[in-house]
Amino acid sequence: MDISLIHINIMPYHASSLPLVKLVNNGKVCAPRIRNLLGDREASITPKQTHPTSLRFSWRISSSFSSSATESRPIMEDEMKKMERFDSDSAASLLKELRGTFASGKTKSYEWRVQQLKNMIKMIDDNERAIMEALQQDLAKPRFESFVSEISLTKAACNHALKELKHWMKPEKAKTAITTFPSSAEIVSEPFGIVLIISAWNYPFLLSLDPVVGAIAAGNSVVLKPSEISPATSSLLAKLLEDYLDSSAVRVVEGAVAETTALLEQKWDKILYTGNGKVGRIVMAAAAKHLTPVILELGGKSPVVVDSNVNLKVSARRIAAGKWGCNNGQACIAPDYIITTKAYAPTLIDGLKNILEEFFGKDPLESKDLSRIVNSNHFSRLAKLLDEDKVSGKIVHGGQRDETRLMIAPTILLDVPEDSLIMNEEIFGPLLPIITVDKVEDSFDIIKSRSKPLAAYLFTSSKKLEKEFVENISAGGMLINDTVVHLTNPSLPFGGVGESGIGSYHGKFSFDAFSHKKAVLYRSLYGDAPVRYPPYTPGKLRILRAILDGSIIGAILALIGFGKKKLE
Amino acid sequence: MALAELGLGPLGDSLEELRWTFESGKTRSISWRKAQLQALLNFLRDNEEQILEAIHEDVGKHRVEAFRDEVGVLIKSLTHNLDCLEKWVAPKKTKLPLAFFPATAELLPEPLGLVIIFSSWNFPMSLALEPLIGAISAGNTAVIKPSEISPTCSSFLATVIPRYLDNKAIKVIEGGAAIAAQLLEEKWDKIFFTGSPRVGRIVMSAAAKHLTPVTLELGGKCPVVLDTRFSSSEMEVVVKRIAWGKWGLCNGQSCIGVDYVLVEEKSAFTLIGLLKKAINKFYGKNTKECNDYVRIINEHHFERLHKLIRDPEVANSIVHGGSVDKEKLFIEPTILLNPPLESEIMTEEIFGPFLPIITLKNIQQSAGFIKSRPKPLALYVFTKDETLKKLMISQTSSGSITFNDVAFQFLSDSLPFGGVGQSGMGRYHGKFSFDEFTHEKAVLRRTLLLDLEPRYPPWNDFKLKFIRLLYKYDYFGLLLLLLGLKR
Repeated sequence: MDISLIHINIMPYHASSLPLVKLVNNGKVCAPRIRNLLGDREASITPKQTHPTSLRFSWRISSSFSSSATESRPIMEDEMKKMERFDSDSAASLLKELRGTFASGKTKSYEWRVQQLKNMIKMIDDNERAIMEALQQDLAKPRFESFVSEISLTKAACNHALKELKHWMKPEKAKTAITTFPSSAEIVSEPFGIVLIISAWNYPFLLSLDPVVGAIAAGNSVVLKPSEISPATSSLLAKLLEDYLDSSAVRVVEGAVAETTALLEQKWDKILYTGNGKVGRIVMAAAAKHLTPVILELGGKSPVVVDSNVNLKVSARRIAAGKWGCNNGQACIAPDYIITTKAYAPTLIDGLKNILEEFFGKDPLESKDLSRIVNSNHFSRLAKLLDEDKVSGKIVHGGQRDETRLMIAPTILLDVPEDSLIMNEEIFGPLLPIITVDKVEDSFDIIKSRSKPLAAYLFTSSKKLEKEFVENISAGGMLINDTVVHLTNPSLPFGGVGESGIGSYHGKFSFDAFSHKKAVLYRSLYGDAPVRYPPYTPGKLRILRAILDGSIIGAILALIGFGKKKLE
Repeated sequence: MALAELGLGPLGDSLEELRWTFESGKTRSISWRKAQLQALLNFLRDNEEQILEAIHEDVGKHRVEAFRDEVGVLIKSLTHNLDCLEKWVAPKKTKLPLAFFPATAELLPEPLGLVIIFSSWNFPMSLALEPLIGAISAGNTAVIKPSEISPTCSSFLATVIPRYLDNKAIKVIEGGAAIAAQLLEEKWDKIFFTGSPRVGRIVMSAAAKHLTPVTLELGGKCPVVLDTRFSSSEMEVVVKRIAWGKWGLCNGQSCIGVDYVLVEEKSAFTLIGLLKKAINKFYGKNTKECNDYVRIINEHHFERLHKLIRDPEVANSIVHGGSVDKEKLFIEPTILLNPPLESEIMTEEIFGPFLPIITLKNIQQSAGFIKSRPKPLALYVFTKDETLKKLMISQTSSGSITFNDVAFQFLSDSLPFGGVGQSGMGRYHGKFSFDEFTHEKAVLRRTLLLDLEPRYPPWNDFKLKFIRLLYKYDYFGLLLLLLGLKR
């Protein structure tokens, strides 16, 4: 490993805590960055806030260890070995610490939650440029896109939660019935405890922090595991969250499969995972061992049905913006494929071509407004989809790629066979197959024969078709005459169904997703009806029957001995 | 492996039929749902006698208890659902920010598909049919796998339900662990399980293979916290309710029954005296001969329970009862005072007629005691002290809290019933049952008439400013920007 900079923090007030060490490689913090390995309690107090006298040392080491740092080499290697392995023990001690914080009740207070959310807004405002740069580094995401779909949405989530939190936290009054009379009832939202959030690389900032906002708003302690596939954002998140949020309750663990496995072995009170169905199954199976409830935000092939009676320009634009304007197709709700009529397909293709040129110019590979493919694995996966024999001849637009820069141009394919790879896995990239049918209604059967998608889109001006589509197609969410924007609306739950996931979040739904709804019933000791207690008699049965039927008059009649039904 | 491949052709065919019925869309119509709920109501009314007998046969519950906790409760739920169904199925309009204009948004409840309900033996009718009411109300097709430990009720359901309900949409499949394991191999759209945490884990692991959401209704040790600052007449009512919550709910064999009592040292003996009095009043001097007193479900559970009190230290702590009769599967109402906290009776859910009393120096310590143990399904707190009430609500976590009574939360349609942590996940009863079997589909409708240019690439600074204002909902700023007046 090429190490150029080491930070060591020493907390003088904690005899038991060891120095925490941060390895920095060319300005980026190395993953995994679990300083907890070296000391049990260090990160629970950020030096700036509570330990003004704590010391922070930094020194440079040349890669050959030739200079003043030579003597520290043996310790370094030893520590590095430890740090490279975030194992079950480290995960367990991390949880133990967070449990301590949660048990103290600190995270439950309204003030703490508000402070954390405010800090997060400040964190975003202070670091807008750094966030955009990290996203640029990981995905070549255009600044505009980063701002619109990551920074703004995260901030909007914080603001929304701040505005509504008091209201959300209020116990909800529940009606009581004659069966429990006299009584009053309410439903109290309480935090689950310690929650784990495992996020994805395609919107590495938003998908990490949006759930964290919900978890904090609901009063939980949180561990965030950002995706190792977007390392710049991952390490930026680790740094920012430590600097701005209460690190005795909110932590970031960086790392890949080994670290995630170590985390999943622990007992969490809730897990939210964003990613694919394969890992989703692993997460849920691991959760089952501890009876931990899960939210799985998965993906799927989200279809777009295009009727022939639409405004071509607007429709094509909205489809293109959803497909290529959102991380170049690498979004869980991006349109995956289009279904349209045989007759309309050529018109639609022309419309899309025009829009693509308007968006990204004649040579999209050179466009600054198009994200690249995240890494070479995904690049070759997508190349494989395109190169399949029965598919490669179907390209009607685009198809250019540049492996060295991991760029793939927006690509449209017409009438790819149903049994091709591209039609049987989530594409998650800039390839857009168009399937044609005789009548637009025939699209329903195609969608229904597949697993339920996260989103389903329809472009039409026919109210009848719209109604049938809404009634017949099952999907996590549904959007008529547009793509993707339903995600930005906090009053709609965001989540899948079937293969596209379990549970939902956003806005109040996020708060609910991380809250246990505790039923609270207050009874009084007056009016104790002997009817409920043994010894049991036919008269008691008569009264019970009336009460459970909700009939007050029946109950009174039974009480004074006028019950109609004869028993025994 | 699919059932058909296991040589279970007919079962496999049944599931095929259920899936086909769901696909046909029939179960989505409100009239179908209402007709099924009505038919279930008829089933209960027509067969009340037989049902009460079947429950008596399996669990030995007195018919009044069986009516109160099973038939009556189900009738109440069915009536409630029939009343409310139309309201529940209606799409919910949601508010949209002006930035979305012109658009409308709604939440549309849609059925999940084919669901399975694994029920439990202690309330063999209500725990099978209460979830079914939710599943039908939400428009699903369903399989019920009743517990094989209550065989009379299981076969009664299997024979009589098809005479009342739509056989192509709702089926009862009987069997033991082997059948359950095979059923779990299948892909369901929802699994609803009532039972133990051990089996709950198995169910959830199986569900993970198909990404099937689960509702797990488990149990746990439900504590009573007794603050004895009551008048003596109030104390009598309090102790009666506690005694009823222990022995009057299927004789302790109930997930929301009282497991143990926390009380201050100084009040322990008063409590024991009053409990004895209540037992005597409920069941007379000779509980063994009393018809109102429920027996232990089977030999396996009898042995399990008997073993708990054979631990010498636990045996020493018995202050009342303790006699057993294996022949009759009878265990006397038994009170224990301070059995060791690490003994099995204090670490496992008791699910039987033993009532340990644990004494504390002062009652405020009970919050810490409960917090240090797995989260229970229910917590019962008897007190008049508002501060203690607040403390218990905020400091402890449990599926539900009931003040000054036991088990009544179960009767309320407006309260969610379900656990947290070890006591389960998901909730049901009333509207919550409907929601548990429903996917709330977010539907956003837009028009193609108005389109905001700045949404689309190629990106430039103007568009960035525009979006910035849009996210702030700063419409005046937007106007200025569009007019070219904003820098």
